[in-house]
Amino acid sequence: MNLTKEDVQEIVRLLDASPFDELRLETDRFKLTLARSTGQHGGWTQETQTKPARGAASGPDIKSQRGSSEKEKAAAAGTEGDGGSAAVRTPLPGTFYASAKPGAPPFVELGSMVGEDTVIGVIETMKLMNSVTAGLAGEVVEICVANAEPVKPGQVLMRLRPEEA
Amino acid sequence: MTIKRILIANRGEIAVRIMETCRRLGIKSILGASEADVDSVPARLADQVICLGGARADQSYLNIEAVVGAAVETGADAIHPGYGFLAENPALARACGEAGIIFVGPTAGQLESLGDKLRARELAEAAGLAVLPGGAIDEPGAGSELAKKLGYPILIKAVGGGGGRGMRLVRAPSDLDEAVALAMAEAEAAFGDPRVYLERFVDKGRHVEVQILGDARKVIHLGERDCSVQRRYQKLVEEAPAPGLEEGLRKAIHEAAVGLGTALNYQGLGTVEFLVEADRKAFYFLEVNARIQVEHPVTEMISGLDLVEEQIAIAGGQPLRLNQDEVRLSGHALECRITAEDVSQDFRPCPGLIERAVFPAGPGIRVDSHIEAGIEVPPQYDSLIAKIIVHEADRPAALKAMQAALANCRIEGVETNLGMQAALMADAGFAGGGVATSYFTRFLGEMGHG
Repeated sequence: MNLTKEDVQEIVRLLDASPFDELRLETDRFKLTLARSTGQHGGWTQETQTKPARGAASGPDIKSQRGSSEKEKAAAAGTEGDGGSAAVRTPLPGTFYASAKPGAPPFVELGSMVGEDTVIGVIETMKLMNSVTAGLAGEVVEICVANAEPVKPGQVLMRLRPEEA
Repeated sequence: MTIKRILIANRGEIAVRIMETCRRLGIKSILGASEADVDSVPARLADQVICLGGARADQSYLNIEAVVGAAVETGADAIHPGYGFLAENPALARACGEAGIIFVGPTAGQLESLGDKLRARELAEAAGLAVLPGGAIDEPGAGSELAKKLGYPILIKAVGGGGGRGMRLVRAPSDLDEAVALAMAEAEAAFGDPRVYLERFVDKGRHVEVQILGDARKVIHLGERDCSVQRRYQKLVEEAPAPGLEEGLRKAIHEAAVGLGTALNYQGLGTVEFLVEADRKAFYFLEVNARIQVEHPVTEMISGLDLVEEQIAIAGGQPLRLNQDEVRLSGHALECRITAEDVSQDFRPCPGLIERAVFPAGPGIRVDSHIEAGIEVPPQYDSLIAKIIVHEADRPAALKAMQAALANCRIEGVETNLGMQAALMADAGFAGGGVATSYFTRFLGEMGHG
């Protein structure tokens, strides 16, 4: 049997009228903690842990669709300590796009000269498009990610040769 | 027919929500989950889970072949698309029909007409509703003539969009082309359709929407919601009913929504959105959301109805179970959306591992969420992690209840907008009720995050 939200509300109502301050209920399907709040507003809090279905390391009855995802291949990593090149990293996880819209020319290419505020790509995170700027003036010497590739925070997107001051 | 097995082609809090009603009705729930969600809370709650494909939405939740294939493979009678993803995609509705599976939602034809926001405007006008001046543009650079005619500021909206996504405000003509390009990219990413249109921007409008329910013959309304507290067209707080609306205006808005639904022979749950200039007693049609919405709980709280149950009943071929005069709305409900965002860093999305999730509980409080300690909030999807809803006899009591509820909320591991929501609920401007869509930007500015 599963507890519904109405059940939890009813339990809180009963607890509220009781001398108890906390209830911890654990079954093989879930763990529920209801506690009387100590804050100035009073009221009760709930904390739940829903357990994976019994005996399923990979989840209940999970079947994979045939021909589903192909893992994106990692782009060739630039060599570290690449004499004089600076890395442009993504601050966000998400999907990297090399141009403003599909079919449009990319923001930059190998050899492009960029300024500090030049947009070199867009990271799509949680459906929002975030522009990534070069951060310094220089020349694009290496592009390390492919269009539509998923990226992690801190991942190197491009390498620039900084302009001589 | 009696629906016995439903494939839920969605994730997060709405998947949990749909499953709750399925459980109550004795319907088996099959979760179609991406690789990123196979160990999620909805996956643990479902009767059965089937993997749709890769974590990226287009490989799974947006993949019609995968979704319908999953339903066929698991013997589902129906597919519930939730909101977002394929919820308003006519191709999914059609594919369901071809596979002999019930699509829980409107007809493919209705989805097509209403999904094209320009076509929807035409239909609304034909049904006698007022619309904001606007028009289509084909590509960046082509909009300046129309924009000049409409006057700045201009709102760019996705033709295939909705839900506030792919919308941008442009204040100066020099910003128009880049804004259109970015809006088109967002629209392509979110809807697979880069088309956009322009609309005159109304500064002091309120976003008021009406919940309608139709059985393809008759349409009723379940009251309105006010969703004027928005940031970049994403709703943050919603309430029902809309505070301080003059009764004649409220009634006119309801009637307009029902009139449009009736003209369409609308089937299922839908929301007709309006821009309201309360002091002028004027309201303009914005769009129809032909799906269940994020903020549906506030309507459920004041009506006592289970909207997912109503959806399933209509999808199963039942007529409307209520006449308009049997709909009873009482009290005031408020909802705060809790998102994994860092408000101090321009609302930067904060995917990551939840270390602790404590929520309020008690009479008049409802929490819709899919997060718990140990759950990973993935970066591939939107940042909504919980909805806190309260229902009390009147608005001041609801406000007080929400303040208490938010104070009893604690989420650790990712940054959230909880503090901001608490500040909003304590703000005198919001307490006064009836704020316009311009309110939130001002509030943010006062908070120092403008």
